[in-house]
Amino acid sequence: MRYIEPHAHMVSRITDDYEAMRMAGCVAICEPAFWAGFDRSSVDGFYDYFCQLTDYEPKRAAKFGLPHFSWLCINPKESEDMGLARDVLGIIPEFLKRGNVLGIGEIGLNKNTRNEIAILEEHIDLAARHDQLILVHTPHLEDKFKGTNLILDVLRADSRINPGRVIIDHVEEHTVDMVLDAGFWAGITLYPESKATPARAIDMVERAGMKNLWLNCACDWGRSEPLAVPRTAIEMGRRGHSKEAVDALVYGNPMRFLSQNPRFQLS
Amino acid sequence: MTRDQVLDLYFMDARCKLIELAAFLDRVDRSEGEADFRLAAIRKALPLLSSAHAERAKSVLMALSDPTVVPISAATGKGACGAWPGATP
Repeated sequence: MRYIEPHAHMVSRITDDYEAMRMAGCVAICEPAFWAGFDRSSVDGFYDYFCQLTDYEPKRAAKFGLPHFSWLCINPKESEDMGLARDVLGIIPEFLKRGNVLGIGEIGLNKNTRNEIAILEEHIDLAARHDQLILVHTPHLEDKFKGTNLILDVLRADSRINPGRVIIDHVEEHTVDMVLDAGFWAGITLYPESKATPARAIDMVERAGMKNLWLNCACDWGRSEPLAVPRTAIEMGRRGHSKEAVDALVYGNPMRFLSQNPRFQLS
Repeated sequence: MTRDQVLDLYFMDARCKLIELAAFLDRVDRSEGEADFRLAAIRKALPLLSSAHAERAKSVLMALSDPTVVPISAATGKGACGAWPGATP
């Protein structure tokens, strides 16, 4: 089995996770910028974090034979502070020049506030001006349905945005259709409790079709599982899906989306 | 897959989760004090499991979701609890 992990917060994980993912067939990891579990107090904290994502973490991944790519933004959990958010938006362009950066993400909404929406719009503007791919985080649990609708409204309001270059992540049964029907890519995140299980993820794939869908583990400092994608691939096999279908979902689809950025090259 | 194949693969897992849910409700009943909106939200979603509607997972998620459409003025916290407080009085 080979697979691409298109969404993992490896700065929060131990080196054993890299080794286990490599042994399970992982051939590349993509790491979106996210909330550290606490609010950073200044733009300098983000500068250091972006250095970690674009310099240090790729070297750590390389020790396990894994290419490492990143996405940059200020996470919606911290964008309620619009002054800080705009300071962070101001330093992102210099990091977009770095060779492992794939785009702007994971942007989106958390509690569906006006400030979060304003900063989402500014991230989308930044992506459009720099011709970047976009990775969108949808809110958690009870906030997801409303937030996904608001995010779709914001994206559709910007005529420069090509839906085929945007992936909207963390979809579940009540949001997957609205994302795909609007022409965007959709990501299914595999979490033990708060998002999709392997069985539910395959249910969604079977019902929605596997075009423009990817799976990810989004492993971080919370309850999450770095091997969730290969575990789901095995589950697909148990249901009788062919090896070719599994490969298309866990390798072919992320490859197809991410290769829209020519930096995404796997040797 | 045939229905028998689905049952072979997933019956024990579903049985386990069903009993866990029942035990959780028993545990809540044995405990003291007033339950907040989360318990009411689960009780509201339970009948959806026995409906003839084919999209039960989607229906349960919707029953636990914020159905409003207007952005809120400011966040009072960062987390989500899994049920919308406004779902019940």
